[in-house]
Amino acid sequence: MAVTKTEPINGSTNKPSSSSVSMKSDLMSTLSLKSLKLKTKQQELLIRVSILCLVYVLAFITRLFSVLRYESMIHEFDPYFNYRTTLFLTEKGFYEFWNWFDSESWYPLGRIIGGTLYPGLMVTAAIMYWGLRFLRFAVHIREVCVLTAPFFASNTTLVAYFFGKEIWDTGAGLVAAVLIAICPGYISRSVAGSYDNEGVAIFALLLTFYLFVKAVNTGSLAWGLGSALGYFYMVSAWGGYVFIINLIPLYVLVLLITGRYSMRLYVAYNSMYVLGMLLAMQIRFVGFQHVQSGEHMAAMGVFFLMQGFYFLGWVKHLLGDKKKFEALLRIIVTCAVGVGAIALGVGTASGYISPWTGRFYSLLDPTYAKDHIPIIASVSEHQPTAWSSFMFDFHILLFLFPAGLYFCFKRLSDATIFIVMYGLTSMYFAGVMVRLILVATPAVCLISAIAVSATIKNLTTLLRTQSKVSQTGSTKGASGGKGSSKALPDQSQPFQRNGAIALLFGAFYLLSRYAIHCTWVTSEAYSSPSIVLAARGAHGNRVIFDDYREAYYWLRQNTPADAKVMSWWDYGYQITAMGNRTVIVDNNTWNNTHIATVGRAMSSYEDEAYEIMRSLDVNYVLVVFGGVTGYSSDDINKFLWMVRIGGGVFPVIKEPDYLVNGEYRVDKGAAPKMLNCLMYKLSYYRFGELVTEYGKPPGYDRARGVEIGNKDIKLEHLEEAFTTSNWIVRIYKVKPPNNRHCDYGKTNLLEDNADLDWRRIYCVDLLPGPGFWFQKCAMDSGSGFCFLDNLRLDHIQQSCSNSTTTAEGNKYYGECHEKSIRFLKPANKEASLDRETDSERWAPPPQGYALGCF
Amino acid sequence: MRVKGKVKKSGSNLLINVAKPEELPPSLIFHSVSLPKALGEGDSLTIDVLAVFTHALRPFPEEITQADIQLVLFQDTAHYLSPYAVKVQSLTVKLPKARIETYTKLENTNIHGSDIKYGPYENLPPFSYAPIAVHFETNQPFAVAQELVREIEISHWGNVQVTEHYNVVHQGAKSKGEFSRLDFQARPHLRGASALRNLVAKLPPRAHSIYYRDEIGNISTSNVWGDPKKTELVIEPRYPLFGGWRTTFTIGYGLPLQDFLFGLEGKRFLNFSFGSPINDLITDNLIVKVVLPEGSNDISISTPFPVKQGQETKISHLDVAGRPVVVLEKTNVVPEHNQYFQVYYRFNKLSMLREPFMLISGFFILFVSCILYMHVDMSISKSSPSYLAKLQWDEVRATIQQVVSIINQCLSKHERLEASLHDLSRTGDVQACKTARKTADSLFKEYSKELKPLLSFLQSSPQATQILPKVEELVAKEKELQERLIAKHSTIVDCYEKKIGGRELENRVASHQQKVVALKQEVDDLLDYIEEI
Repeated sequence: MAVTKTEPINGSTNKPSSSSVSMKSDLMSTLSLKSLKLKTKQQELLIRVSILCLVYVLAFITRLFSVLRYESMIHEFDPYFNYRTTLFLTEKGFYEFWNWFDSESWYPLGRIIGGTLYPGLMVTAAIMYWGLRFLRFAVHIREVCVLTAPFFASNTTLVAYFFGKEIWDTGAGLVAAVLIAICPGYISRSVAGSYDNEGVAIFALLLTFYLFVKAVNTGSLAWGLGSALGYFYMVSAWGGYVFIINLIPLYVLVLLITGRYSMRLYVAYNSMYVLGMLLAMQIRFVGFQHVQSGEHMAAMGVFFLMQGFYFLGWVKHLLGDKKKFEALLRIIVTCAVGVGAIALGVGTASGYISPWTGRFYSLLDPTYAKDHIPIIASVSEHQPTAWSSFMFDFHILLFLFPAGLYFCFKRLSDATIFIVMYGLTSMYFAGVMVRLILVATPAVCLISAIAVSATIKNLTTLLRTQSKVSQTGSTKGASGGKGSSKALPDQSQPFQRNGAIALLFGAFYLLSRYAIHCTWVTSEAYSSPSIVLAARGAHGNRVIFDDYREAYYWLRQNTPADAKVMSWWDYGYQITAMGNRTVIVDNNTWNNTHIATVGRAMSSYEDEAYEIMRSLDVNYVLVVFGGVTGYSSDDINKFLWMVRIGGGVFPVIKEPDYLVNGEYRVDKGAAPKMLNCLMYKLSYYRFGELVTEYGKPPGYDRARGVEIGNKDIKLEHLEEAFTTSNWIVRIYKVKPPNNRHCDYGKTNLLEDNADLDWRRIYCVDLLPGPGFWFQKCAMDSGSGFCFLDNLRLDHIQQSCSNSTTTAEGNKYYGECHEKSIRFLKPANKEASLDRETDSERWAPPPQGYALGCF
Repeated sequence: MRVKGKVKKSGSNLLINVAKPEELPPSLIFHSVSLPKALGEGDSLTIDVLAVFTHALRPFPEEITQADIQLVLFQDTAHYLSPYAVKVQSLTVKLPKARIETYTKLENTNIHGSDIKYGPYENLPPFSYAPIAVHFETNQPFAVAQELVREIEISHWGNVQVTEHYNVVHQGAKSKGEFSRLDFQARPHLRGASALRNLVAKLPPRAHSIYYRDEIGNISTSNVWGDPKKTELVIEPRYPLFGGWRTTFTIGYGLPLQDFLFGLEGKRFLNFSFGSPINDLITDNLIVKVVLPEGSNDISISTPFPVKQGQETKISHLDVAGRPVVVLEKTNVVPEHNQYFQVYYRFNKLSMLREPFMLISGFFILFVSCILYMHVDMSISKSSPSYLAKLQWDEVRATIQQVVSIINQCLSKHERLEASLHDLSRTGDVQACKTARKTADSLFKEYSKELKPLLSFLQSSPQATQILPKVEELVAKEKELQERLIAKHSTIVDCYEKKIGGRELENRVASHQQKVVALKQEVDDLLDYIEEI
């Protein structure tokens, strides 16, 4: 502004006569601009508010790729459970929801839903739904659920702005808001349809931190209360609250050690901890863990430490004598440490304080899960993070992060110490587990924002002073009319100035690359619902594979309402939510033994598996098979984990039995046990007759690129009930116990009635006779029935006598063999580790991966 | 089982009623037809009766495997069941062009291709009965919508939205044993010949926003063809329906309002077809709901055949009282029922504006409450030190604002002066320039007078201690700038008066000019600084 304003004036004084008309118009325009010009402050406010609004909108719409590309639907695995519970909550009300015992999952154990979930997400969605209904917006609960995560992502950008403002300045706040709005690390969990706890939890996490820092900065009880409420919301929403309850004490401890203890800190921490703890106890799933679990003890210790610190300060003040005080200090510290240690020891020994859980151990020691808990290790989200995924999720933030740390250290304050600690700890955790990148994202964005904002601010101030100086210099030169006088002051500056401009352009380029990268990642990698698969057809057209929903809907419509479906636990939530049928295990992996039982059934021979399935009342078995389409995250690829998890509980199952020289294969060279186990049979049943790819032999498995080893699969106790159009989901019906079509019976029938086609004979009634059985049979001739009474089938009795007792029983309660399953006692806490999905365990094929000619 | 008759005589329909005559068998249902005029002795009248029977074919065998063909059994009487004596009567059974397994052979039975002809029989007494059974092959899927709810929602903004919820079951021979996808894909006409693969819905022309979904989301297997006469929607269920399998789905589409809504004597009426747009589908229980706009009244219905009527209200977007819904229910609906029915109602056009108005007022209230919140003092204690400090600070800020605005006015006056110099260089009017300087001078004095109390207030206020030196500096600098400008101005004017030109003028002005620019810069900086607080 200054430049344009002064130059025409200079010109006019220098050359009064030349081109005065254009001068005049110039002047007029500058004048009119000047009169219209808002005050700088108002201008800045306007720009800030409009940027924030735009960022708010941007954060929302960048998450809508999946809705536009597919439809408004719930994604992945866990969100289906959340959706189902939300539906229940909105239909039945809060009290029913709170007391809900779900008999549709974990058959026959069931699950107490109200007591084993974090209700924050469902309650939030339900409140939004009720609110909208109250305002007479007739929305469907599904739409609310789908858009919950983007909505909260937008709110997170606002919190990030205020947080950035609190720790640095408004500029950093704005940059932080922009960065977090499009950061892939956060988008991966908050696209539309990703209706998961993390969607609201990151908002709650950042809000809690922001309010706490605000409370520390102001020492205000109100902000402390605010952060306690934020913490309560976080506890109600996600198990990641443990991070807060450990980070904040750590931060307080660091402040104590570095001598930054103040009344403000005392007020903030105590109000936050006490209120937050009391509030958190209201969540049934958390209960008394704050005073009982080892993971929460750090917070309590720091709480007592702060009281001690305060007390000591008071005593010191009273005594006034340094030596006396030191003596007293020694005694008190020894006593306190002793009492604390004894209390902890007694608590742990008596079982009052529970030890750390496996997940906590695996955070501290990344190799722990691999050795001890296969069910945690089986989930890809729990793997240590690769560099590439850091780069994928953070892009330039990865480089800006250390720069931001530098700025933070340069201007150290209570707030910057907090963000530095948050950044460093969460970065460590992000390195341990892939999914914790999510927790690190806000910190990385904030710290990078500080770097960006501080750098750009420095550069622009440099530029501005430069322009002012050079402008005065040029006026000097012009008015003095000497070219030489201009050269002196400007000599050192053009270089600096150009450097600053170049750096600004560089920063602009980097940030625009970041925006492009984020949009690309969002659209390509994170916006697929994973329940509907899309691929490019041979002609470049888009092909949709909707097999999952096809199968689930078939289950929902065409099986008895009380049918029990056995599948690997990944699909449990989806089957209950979309198929509306009871499942044996699901993604809430609270009972390792139960999952291991299913794993054992899948990896046993058919007759052994049949007994397991009978004991679990299984009616249908569902497997996911990608051999036809080349879909790689199918059950055969997950099978080794079933073996491992099954073998972890039942030593009968041994992993080496399924491997050949340590190699996992399904072709002719596969291990015999592998070729005949239930999972193999169900996946490849009649696959040997199918030609999947031109020029390949029949039975060519496109997911693994081999011809299968066992093409002649016969099923004895199961029959194919349904297979989806692309064979991705196959459902088998478990036949009732066999009491007629025994092998012996067949031959007998054929011998006696050579003209009968035995396959067309149906049992109508079965009566026990003296020494043999009479069977009333009917033969289906294709056009009608002819009845064959009193067919003698004494061989049947022979073959079945040890399993079927009388004709009254179609129920199979034969003698217990050594093979039958005994349920262990309900699994201990150690088994109830994880409640998350393995959605990414089997990374979907990269986009554009041609699934061939389909 | 229901008999539905449509009687035609030279194009006219006759009135039909269900009659319950006494002393006749109660297991039979009688329909009485009123003739247009009494039939005299010796007169004759030709009546065509069309009756459609649903669920009349029974699959036999009742269960088949995927590989089997579907056979059905049709049972009826070869003699026309009538309470009157029949002179001549014959019966033709037309079957699909396929194999006939068996059929009852009575006297006078002929078979021509797929047609079986019984009769003619003469002089039959009332209620004569000759049971026949035809067992034949048909691979037609027996698609039955056990329940169909059609919701027709009228929006006077120009749209009729139709939503249809289907609950379809294949009521042919039940499927048993394995379902093999391999067989179904490899030999679709042998393995799964009677499966229901798709349904065709004939929608009215210009249908738009068509969707096809079910409880768990969109179903991607559908196609639409449109031409000016009709819109054809081919939908495939998620999976092929075998005997006994069921599925549910929803289709929805929008239609232009002017095609279906007409005005009549101050009333409006909707003219819409009653049955399902899907061919080859019979509906066991059809519920048609017509959702009228909120505020409609005086509702009446006219249907071509008797239906059960009811009313309810539905609450949709931005409704206060809810929209009136006309509910029509009918069992056993066949494609022949696809006739138009009318719903008459009155509706005031002004009611259309209610919802936009509600939205506008909602936002208005929101903004007003925001403004109120910003302007109303919400603090609880009016005497707490922090509140007082805040009040003082507000005052200080207001004062500083005033100072800044005065300085800005001064600066604009400076520009005026510069402009007058411009004019001077152009016109050489020295006098005008002088007057401009004089007015500026007097203005500057006024401003400095105005500034004094403000500055003294700032000096007295404890809150302003931090900012005060800057403000004072700003005022001082501005003062200096004024003086410099005036000096420069007068120098130039002098020069013009004395006709000193070019080089000399420049030399004289140069020092002033430098100072002015530097001062201006400083003042700007200070202003920026102060405004940032």
